[in-house]
Amino acid sequence: MAKSIMGSGLKVLVKQRGPIPLDASFNCPAGELLALVGPSGSGKTTLLRTIAGLYQPELGQVVCMGNPWLATERRYSLTPQQRKIGMVFQDYALFPHLNALANVQLAMGHLPHAQRQSLAKQWLANVRLEGLEKRFPSELSGGQRQRVALARALAREPQVLLLDEPFSAVDQVTRRRLQRELALLRQQISIPIILVTHDLEEAAALADQICVLHNGVSLQQGSPETLFRRPTSPLVARLLDRHNIFEGEIVSVAGQLRLQWGDYDLEVAEGLTELTLGEKVTWYLPPSDIVLHRRARPSQGERENPVAATVHEMVVLGGITSISLRVSHGDMLRFDIATHAARRNQLAQGEQVYVSLLAEGIHLMSGNHVAMPSRHMPSKYVFD
Amino acid sequence: MDWTALSVSLRLAGLTCLFLMPVGIWLGRALASAHFRGKGFCEALIALPLVLPPTVLGFYLLQQFGRDAPLGGFWATLTGGGLNFTFSGILLASLIANLPFAIQPIQRAFENVPANLREAAWCSGLSPWQTFLRIELPLVWPGILSAAALTFAHTLGEFGVILMVGGAIDGETRTLAIAIYDRVQAFDEQGAARMSALLLLVSLTTLGLVYGLAGRRRWMRG
Repeated sequence: MAKSIMGSGLKVLVKQRGPIPLDASFNCPAGELLALVGPSGSGKTTLLRTIAGLYQPELGQVVCMGNPWLATERRYSLTPQQRKIGMVFQDYALFPHLNALANVQLAMGHLPHAQRQSLAKQWLANVRLEGLEKRFPSELSGGQRQRVALARALAREPQVLLLDEPFSAVDQVTRRRLQRELALLRQQISIPIILVTHDLEEAAALADQICVLHNGVSLQQGSPETLFRRPTSPLVARLLDRHNIFEGEIVSVAGQLRLQWGDYDLEVAEGLTELTLGEKVTWYLPPSDIVLHRRARPSQGERENPVAATVHEMVVLGGITSISLRVSHGDMLRFDIATHAARRNQLAQGEQVYVSLLAEGIHLMSGNHVAMPSRHMPSKYVFD
Repeated sequence: MDWTALSVSLRLAGLTCLFLMPVGIWLGRALASAHFRGKGFCEALIALPLVLPPTVLGFYLLQQFGRDAPLGGFWATLTGGGLNFTFSGILLASLIANLPFAIQPIQRAFENVPANLREAAWCSGLSPWQTFLRIELPLVWPGILSAAALTFAHTLGEFGVILMVGGAIDGETRTLAIAIYDRVQAFDEQGAARMSALLLLVSLTTLGLVYGLAGRRRWMRG
């Protein structure tokens, strides 16, 4: 499998002590979009610049479509010009003295002169900018500038598309539209796409894979679904803005392993058997796996992991209501339901409610809260 | 009207521009992007002619241009001639006196080019040389124009340094500015007035032309 990734996608390994500490590895198959997410200062942009050849890390390997671009162990590094990259900068970096068409044409040095103009027009048409070819960047809106930047990046016929927070400089409405366009555009190109963003929603909506970074360390890579349901560590869960992270202990109830949480012994669908009796664990429950019982029909105990709790806080955000429940031992469960459902159930602060914690959703993590970056590094990560 | 003096002045100003612009572009670009210890000292050294009395600069240059001084001696072995009281001498003096006028506007212009434009050009496949010619140069062009205008106009008006180093040898070192002084000394007020008006006109035209050209670009608006 590793070989096929090497041959058809992008593979990156970077390690350095300073000035920006980095310890990251990720890969992105051709045709897929990998989002690098993490708080500011987590090294996302530096990693993108490493791929582009604009930053030289102490130790690193970049392999794209089977071609080595960077191999520090043999002092091999291609220049940004030699790597075929399409890069969309955060502020687009359009050439202010050139009009939209000339900006795109400039990236077509690999094509004969005669073809450039008509192809550049096509690229602009692809990003829906027909008729604006002669406009200078200062005469375009934020969204239009971003489209020119994208057309310029693609006009190079790159082997990898690098997007550095491409939606951060436009308003919400334009952002939604541009994200939709990117999702559509993706179907036409079959190269790896790396998106740097700090917007988790954006990453979840656009990416096939997400790589979570913290202080330059790549903590976990996986599909959004996997990451949001099965974060490898409490740190990853917190970086992904997950709530419902609790402490528990493995106990035995009538010969069955259970997760003890306060007064409750919870059933867990998987992961219990790998743990020993008495072990303390941190566990996580996706909010979608908290099921509110209808108030008219309180639980008789026959349902999955029934838990009694008091409504601590209700925040109405349009059609969605975010609800915090306090369980008897003090922990707080948080989940969202449709506002009309909250009304129908006559939920109000201080009311007692019953919820089920779905055994399928309970995800057990190693017990410590402290980040242990080295544990998440691939074992084969060795440099000469 | 002293046409010979005008010709010396124009020749001096033109050649000063010609020699200083490449130096200004090279040094201005280097200073804009470089960060090194002693950068402030280098910039101060370049700016020195701005604040130094021209006679002081002229005095030191006069000393250095002598045949027994290292610079003058080197020039003599190179060309067989001297520097003091020659056109080559006032040209060299003018090059030194105009360094801040040539470098500072260009350095400011390069500083205003966002670093990521250069990177965007590299990522678009442009070599460093192509990036310089097609991206940086068009963007710093107004800075180069104003550097050229300032250098040209300042050389036309330079008096102290030229007088110290070159004296007032007709057809060789007597520039229009010195000729005006001579006319006034000789109580030829009318002659001085005509030449002053001409110098004023030439300076104004040069500056007007350059600033007019520099501010005319469509992409700079908005």
